[in-house]
Amino acid sequence: MSANNSTRIEMYRVIVRSRHFDDRLTEQYWVDKTPIFAFGKGPLPGELHTSHGQEPVAAGLCSVLSADDFLVAAHRPHHMAIARGVDLDKMAAELFGKKAGLSGGRGGHMHVYDASVNFSSSGIIAEGMGPAAGMALARRMQGKPGIAVSVIGDAAANQGAFHEVLNLVGIYKLPMITVIEDNKWGVTTHKSASTAIERNSDRAAAYGLVGEYVAGNDADLIREACQRAVDRARNGEGGTVLEIETARLRGHFMGDPASYITGDRKDFQVDPIPLYRAKLIAEGVMSEEQAAAIEAEEKARVDKAIQFGLDAPYPAPEEALEHVFKSA
Amino acid sequence: MSNDQATSTADVPASAFDDLTQSASSRVMTCARAQREALEWEMTHDKSVFMLGEDVYGMGGVFGTADGLGAKFGKERILDTPISETGFIGMAAGAAIAGMRPVIELAYVDFIGVCYNAIVNYAAKTRYMSGGQLNVPMVLLTGTGGGYNNAAQHSQCLHATLAHMPGVKVVCPTNAYDAKGMMHQAIRDDDFVVYLMHKGAAGVGWMGPTVKTTLAEVPQNDYTVPFGKVKVYREGTDVTIVGVGLSVHHALEAAEELAKEGISAEVVDLRSLVPLDRDGIMESVSKTGRLIVADEDYMSYGVSGEVIASVVERDPTVLKAPPSRVCVPDVPIPYSRALENYVLPLTGRIADAARSFF
Repeated sequence: MSANNSTRIEMYRVIVRSRHFDDRLTEQYWVDKTPIFAFGKGPLPGELHTSHGQEPVAAGLCSVLSADDFLVAAHRPHHMAIARGVDLDKMAAELFGKKAGLSGGRGGHMHVYDASVNFSSSGIIAEGMGPAAGMALARRMQGKPGIAVSVIGDAAANQGAFHEVLNLVGIYKLPMITVIEDNKWGVTTHKSASTAIERNSDRAAAYGLVGEYVAGNDADLIREACQRAVDRARNGEGGTVLEIETARLRGHFMGDPASYITGDRKDFQVDPIPLYRAKLIAEGVMSEEQAAAIEAEEKARVDKAIQFGLDAPYPAPEEALEHVFKSA
Repeated sequence: MSNDQATSTADVPASAFDDLTQSASSRVMTCARAQREALEWEMTHDKSVFMLGEDVYGMGGVFGTADGLGAKFGKERILDTPISETGFIGMAAGAAIAGMRPVIELAYVDFIGVCYNAIVNYAAKTRYMSGGQLNVPMVLLTGTGGGYNNAAQHSQCLHATLAHMPGVKVVCPTNAYDAKGMMHQAIRDDDFVVYLMHKGAAGVGWMGPTVKTTLAEVPQNDYTVPFGKVKVYREGTDVTIVGVGLSVHHALEAAEELAKEGISAEVVDLRSLVPLDRDGIMESVSKTGRLIVADEDYMSYGVSGEVIASVVERDPTVLKAPPSRVCVPDVPIPYSRALENYVLPLTGRIADAARSFF
């Protein structure tokens, strides 16, 4: 099913919003981290894994999810959170460690939670898959609509949890989709050195699941594949392993110059945004002027969120002791 | 199994266990039956409660916790899992976040090695990291302890390994009344609860004769035993023996021996490690002035040190003598009966520790 024009424009919007958010974070990340780099310095401390290049995956996926669905992202969650509709102001405040943040500053960039849109993330590789399977199971047990999606990177497919959970999805026929963002890199290790087969989507066969590989890092193709997977899940046909080719345009985290990406491996480092922009204009979906207007609007929206996060007050230190348990 | 490990002197009538097997009307039961009763009640009254684990549907789990529940509630609510602990414990946590109340059976606590991330990095931390947005109302039921010659990978207690991690409530009932009430409490609790049952206290056939002091009259109705309150099993004036799990019953046996020698021992069951009733510990030690901690976990960096610290931080002057720890010395649990009995904190070692005060 092809997307209509307004859906494609909305996907472009989400992509631009996510990119500008990461650009602004990048700029803030370097504040007070020079001349001597230290993770813990500056207004945006800690590790930062931006989503530069992977935005189309989130835009395509989230364009076919409904409000009842759960989305569990991983350590690189910004694009997924933004596409899912996580509150941008609160997310920025969380990343800056502020009281107004989604978790009051307890989670940070790898642990983004917004219960109002059924979004969560988990920083341990592949270990968000089990929880996603459980959310899918809960929906079915409760007789409620809704499926679950776990988003992992290609390197996560070598983790034990990946195989355990796919087997669980297979035996229980859970309405859960595993989206593998194939950016070809696990930190500094290339997929060819870490993974015994070329495509992790082929591993789906071992668990009685449908596997599909989507090449091109194109939001339209991604959306169509995600729609097929979502339809299967909603129709009770069980899980899908959807491996989506994408690009990690930056290092693993901020501060990684990615100097190990050399030779023809650089050929995969293609920015998808200019391509999608040109495609939508060429196909008459939007005009150059509309594109420019969308970009300006999204930048303004992101800038407002970043400013909100920067201006927001820090939590009182003793708030560190809250929320371990609901009841003492 | 040696008699030294398995048999405890009875505080309940000697006929209690026989009554259990002979009379259908008796409400004296084992811990395993009592916790099963609570689980059945909760599953009957709350559709969000379900159980999952290895061999629970047909077999009822290794402790009989789900005995008969498969037939009653069906495969959808008594969910047999493959041997994939990180997968199904993570799955249970996700189901809990999405509004269910899963009860997981992880047969032996030793297996946390293959699912520790799901426990400590996910279930224990999600509420905190989400700033209270998400709760994980999940119960992890698991068997602890040795004394049956099953060696180092199936005999550990690992109390401290779980209790050390913020975000996990850890309880260890030692008699049938508490087992039922704490299971009700655990299932109704909105937080993640690890429910530790010592295999030797559970009252399962494959551990030999049931330790009689674990048996108790169990009310028919549902009731809760709140967490964070010690239970004084036996009052005394000369020495406090604080115990965890099966060690409580060894302590009771030791107290019986000591009484014959003129030493009055008070036996305190921690019942819950998180939250820990530090005031309750202090109250007893303030009275007796002497403290022994009997814990079948490894000695160093564990519950025994935490109990002693609870007293010393409040008022070290209540102690008339340095406190004593009767724990597993820092070695893995050995296989041979001779070796295992040497490292376990059995009755003889506890009694000797008390005698050394006088």
